[in-house]
Formats: sequence, structure tokens, C-alpha cells
Amino acid sequence: MPAFINGIGLISPQKTVETTDFLQEIMEYDSGYLKCIEPPSYKPYIDPIQSRRMSRLIKMGIASAKMCLNESGCTMPDAIITGTGLGSVEDTEKILGTIHLDQPFLNPTPFMQSTYNTISSQIAIQLKCHNYNSTYVHRTFSFESCLQDALLQIAEGTAQEVLAGGIDEMTLNHIAITRRAGHWKNEPVKNLEMLKWNSPGSMAGEGSGFFLLSAGKTDKTYACIRDVKTLYKPANPDEIKLQVTSMLSASGLNVSEIDLVLLGINGDNRNDHIYYEFAKSIFPGTPLSYYKHLCGEYHTSSAFALWLAANILKRQTVPYILRLNNVHREPVRNILIYNQYYNVNHSFILVSE
Amino acid sequence: MPRRIFVTGLGIITGIGNNLAETKDSLFHLRTGIGKIQFLETNLRDEIPVSEVKCSLEECFHLAGIPVTEGYSRNALLGIIAAKEAYGDAQFGDFPGLRTGLISATTVGGMDRCELYYEDFLTNDSRNIYIDSYDCADSTEKIADVLGIKDYLTTISTACSSSANAIQLGARMIRNGDLDRVVAGGTETLTKFHLNGFNALKILDKEPCKPFDEKRNGINLGEGAAYIVLESGESVKQSGKPVICELTGWGNSCEAFHQTASSPDGIGAYLAMKKAIDMSGLNIGDIDYINAHGTGTDNNDISEGKAIERLFGSEVPPVSSTKPYTGHTTSAAGATEAIISILCLLEQVIWPNLNFSEPMKELHFTPVQELLKGKKVINVMTNSFGFGGNDTSLIFSNYEP
Repeated sequence: MPAFINGIGLISPQKTVETTDFLQEIMEYDSGYLKCIEPPSYKPYIDPIQSRRMSRLIKMGIASAKMCLNESGCTMPDAIITGTGLGSVEDTEKILGTIHLDQPFLNPTPFMQSTYNTISSQIAIQLKCHNYNSTYVHRTFSFESCLQDALLQIAEGTAQEVLAGGIDEMTLNHIAITRRAGHWKNEPVKNLEMLKWNSPGSMAGEGSGFFLLSAGKTDKTYACIRDVKTLYKPANPDEIKLQVTSMLSASGLNVSEIDLVLLGINGDNRNDHIYYEFAKSIFPGTPLSYYKHLCGEYHTSSAFALWLAANILKRQTVPYILRLNNVHREPVRNILIYNQYYNVNHSFILVSE
Repeated sequence: MPRRIFVTGLGIITGIGNNLAETKDSLFHLRTGIGKIQFLETNLRDEIPVSEVKCSLEECFHLAGIPVTEGYSRNALLGIIAAKEAYGDAQFGDFPGLRTGLISATTVGGMDRCELYYEDFLTNDSRNIYIDSYDCADSTEKIADVLGIKDYLTTISTACSSSANAIQLGARMIRNGDLDRVVAGGTETLTKFHLNGFNALKILDKEPCKPFDEKRNGINLGEGAAYIVLESGESVKQSGKPVICELTGWGNSCEAFHQTASSPDGIGAYLAMKKAIDMSGLNIGDIDYINAHGTGTDNNDISEGKAIERLFGSEVPPVSSTKPYTGHTTSAAGATEAIISILCLLEQVIWPNLNFSEPMKELHFTPVQELLKGKKVINVMTNSFGFGGNDTSLIFSNYEP
């Protein structure tokens, strides 16, 4: 059952906060870390007494959820569901800093905030919302699982309005550690030149995106989510193709009706060929775009992609900065978001006007 | 008529046993897993009792059937051991056309290796194989690979109610026709990280825990993994597997009160239990046993007890917390206690709330104090509540064709 996107709140490395612009001014980064541009003040979103104790991720999560609710006009969602690959890295690191020296830590606040469900429950506390509440924590399936649960809630009829969000943060420490595991480029890369570098690794990113999903349309509606699918360790490209074609046909669409494919290309020369082969074999002649040069690579980056798709469908414009090929099509009715992580976690979000 | 959800496999490893048979034996013999810390390297070793799985890391590798040279966390190994027992128990063959999922829960993830090697992570490349295994998805994917499950997988973390929510999601996806069978549960290993965290919150009892006792003084942490196999009727028909029981109700609600404390009136607990009963179509009087969350903290037991009294009035069924057996296995607690409750259906018994001596002033009911045998147990309810007020209740019922 489709769900309408009736409100969005997004904090990202681009200027997406407190603005009606859509990628008018592009932020450039050259450190290999695309960091979120936070609101000038959290006061409009969180009581300052409470926010003083909160880490950056928790504040970004709650604030973007509030932005989303404000835009939609919804005051009491029937479910609050979040996805986060890593949760509050900053709080976890505070504890690890003492634990690895085998010292007890005395301030319990970072521990209380380090649990992955902190943001979904803090939103519930602020709204006094006793309804369904859950959190998904599966790498690049985190936000997709969250959306699947939201769609399921709406299909079950147990929820009319679901607040769904994908939240992840990066820290310099975490970048340094995960660089050892080969996730990031070693050379300083300008984000807008991501595709010019033929080297392994990507650029670190982060973001917090919330969406008010509803069974019904309003005058605020951006677009509708038709379906969300995940695919684990496909044996070969044919399996990916089968997943896409069966997903489209379940929604009554054929491949030619997809007007734009948003690809999770991240500049890693070990894996980006998967996207190019995907596009070539299933979507030849279809407009292609990419987005991680604007938000960086992180587990819930598909929330950024969903924000893009929703805005493209509502505004009927595909910003040039996103375009990967010279094919253009108007109007844009159906967008497929495709993201994959090391050829292990593949995911698809189908969004329509 | 909504699709029925059948339970066809159980697998468990906790401080009271490495498998279902040992777990049952310990329950019958009132044997606790709580004692002095043996395996976790920590300065709190002599200070705080816990319920550890009685296996070294090497023994865990052995039980899981994984070579010790592989970079697996204890968390993943425990998960593999329990999930294999559950899945093997369900005797799966290959039934084309049936879609199988794995929904696993954890909160500490691979923290057991991460906290040990963190200094290396920061300074050298010697432990790089453990860097990516610190997150929550790692154990889920390793379990999925061992079981050969590919159609759907995800990981849930709602703190101490995580694995109850995993079971709930599995049931919902089967009911909606998204999946035909699901291995659902959770795994959680003891770590210095959360042992110190709970200690900093001053909610760990230095003696064996006493849930629902006037003199209760906090939690004993535990570790373990537990998984159950859920199937649709169509799936059971194809596989011909014996049905153990039925999952008839589930409910999830949020306290929306405080990040780590429960509300005095237990509104989240009340709503979760009520939703589960409403969904099952049962009456209040049909519930034969409640396996309470019953952590033994001052706060939880009042909140949960009040919620039970509000829902059940003067007809509170037998209640016990089995955490004095297993300790609080946090993210694995929901599935651990689901299996312990299912054993009540299979054995027609009610497990006692060990260590109880003095009734709480605030409550009218007292927990079950002795092993009750030969009871008619048809429907059991099990509660799991977590940090952030994430509360979930499940109801399992005897199978009637």
C-alpha cells in the first residue's frame, strides 16, 4: 500500500534547514568528511535545558523530526519509527574512551543516549506519544526497514500517519578507525569531484531526515512511496534485475515508465561498476542521477535520496548537479532509488508523484 | 480471518543452559545462572554478579561450528548457536516459493570485541577485521549466512524489548503475506560497556536479584541468545513440521516518560499488554500466566505491577519474573522469556519467581514462589520493556488445529 510523503525535515551537509530553496547553492567540502549544517539554534525545536545534555546526533534527530511534523501539521503520529546504522557514535566513543582503559565511567548520560532507540523515544517523550515505536539498526537496510515497517503499519490499518526517519552521524575519530577498514579515500577529495578519482573508498557523510508518511494526500503532499525492497547478497546481476522488474510489475509499472534512477554511486572504484552495469542492463536510455557527492556515504543516506526524489517530483525539476547522463525526461512521474553497500546490501525505493 | 502464526522451532543459550533441553532442566531444578563473573574481563568481577553463558569464547566458536581463526564476536557466536538450534529444530527442507526471513535483535552488537581492541583501532592495524563487526548488523548477517537465509533480513534495537519486537515484526510480515517463515529473536553478550553503564545508573544488585520483592535492589545482567521460528499455515502445510504453539497477540507501546525510567503508573506497559490481548481476541481471564519483565529495579516492578493490576483488576493471573534464573539478557530478553513462557505451555507448569520473600507494599499480588506443576496453561503473556519506554507484550497459546 502506498504512503504519501506529507512533510519532510532534513539536516544534511547541504543547506536544507529552514529554507524553501532546493539545492540553489551547493556546499563544497575538501576534507573527505561532509558534515551536517545544523540549525543556527536548536531553541525552536528543543527545550534548551534538555538540549544541553544531548549529543549532536540526538539534537539533529529531534530537530529534523520537529521540522517534519511542523511542515505536515501532524501533532500526534500513530507510529514513530527510526533507522540508524551506528546510533550515537559520539556518546559511544565517550564511553569507549574510559572502558578501554578499564576504568568505570561515572556519568551515565552518554550511556543512556548511546542506545539506538534514543531518538525515537525522545521524540515520543516530547510529543507524549504512546503509540507504536521502533528502531532499525541494519547498516544500509536501516532506513529501508524503517520505511517497510511504516508501509506495513499503514497497510495493516493500525496507523494513518507514521513519522519515519533515518539518522546517522560521523565523528573524526570514527572516520580514522573505519579508514583502517578501507571505507574512505586516503587522498583529500573535493566532494564535487568525487567521480574524477579512480580510487578505492568513499567520502564520509551524515544526515538526519524525517518523513511524515500518511495513508492520505494533503495539500502538503510531495510524492508517494510505492514500495521498498531490500536484497541481501545477490548471487549475480540477474538476481538484482529480477528484484527490480518484479518490484515494478507489482506496482503496475514497466521499466520504461521509470523517469529517473537515483544511484548511490559513492566514488569507490571497487563497487561503483555495479551501479553502471545495473543502469546499462536495466535502464538504458533512462535519465540517471547520483547524490552522494552532496551528502557523503553513510548508512542512512537513502533518506537524503528520498528527500531529493520527493522534491524532484513536487517541483518537477532535476538539478544539474545531480545528473549523471545527458538524458532528460519530462514530466518526472516515477523515480527509483537504488543503493548498495559492498555488493552485500542492495535496496530499492520506488517513489511516484 | 487473519493469517495464523505458528511457532515451529525454538533455540536458546543463556546462563542456565546451552540449549533448550538444558534450559528446561535448569528451570525444573530451580538452578540459577547467576554467579561470580568468570569470562568477562572486568574490574567489576568480584563486585557484581551476572549470569554468563558458561562457555569461554573458544567453546562458543566450537558450539557454533565456526573456526576460531575467524573474526567473530561472542555476540555473533551466541546468536549462531541459538538460531541453529531453532532452525534445525524446525527441520527445514528447501521449499521453493516460500520466503524466509531473519529478524534479529541486539544492542551491544560486536561491542565485546570492540571494547577489547579499541586501543588497537585507534593506533594500529592489528585488529582491523573487527572494525566492521562492531555494529548491530554484523551478528545478523553472520547468522543469516550460517542458516542460508537470504530473502529478508533486518536488525532491531529497542534496548531491552528488542527481541520481542523482532518476534512481533516477524509475525506482522507473515500476516501481511510478505514472508512465509521467519527466524526471529535476539542475541546479547555481556560487555564492560553496558555492565559499567548499568552500574553508573546505580541499578545493579550486588546480590541475586529479587523481582517484585519489597527489598529488591536492582538488576543482575545476563547474556544469551534465543530465536523462535514462525511460520504461516501454508508454510507448515508444505513442510509438515509439528507446530509447537501459536503466537496469538502482540502489542507495542511507548511510555513517552523518561529515557531510562518507567512511569509510576506504567502506562506503556498497560497499553502494550492491552493491545496484545485485544489482538488475540482473548478475555483477560483467559491469560493463565504472565512472564513479567520484572527486572528487580525499584522503578520497573512498581510500574509493571501497577499496570498488571490496572489491566487485570482483582483477577491477576500467576505472575513471575524468570530473571533470577537467566539474569537480564537485555536485547535477548524478549526471545529468551518467550521461549521460557512457551515451555510453560508445553510442560503445563508455571516457573517460580526465585529469591522472593517479602511482598511489595504497593501491590496486591505476589509472584509465584514455587514451581507449579500440573497446571492448565493455555495462554501465556510475556512482557519486555526497554530504555526509552519501548514496551512490548506477546501472547503465545496452545496449538489447536
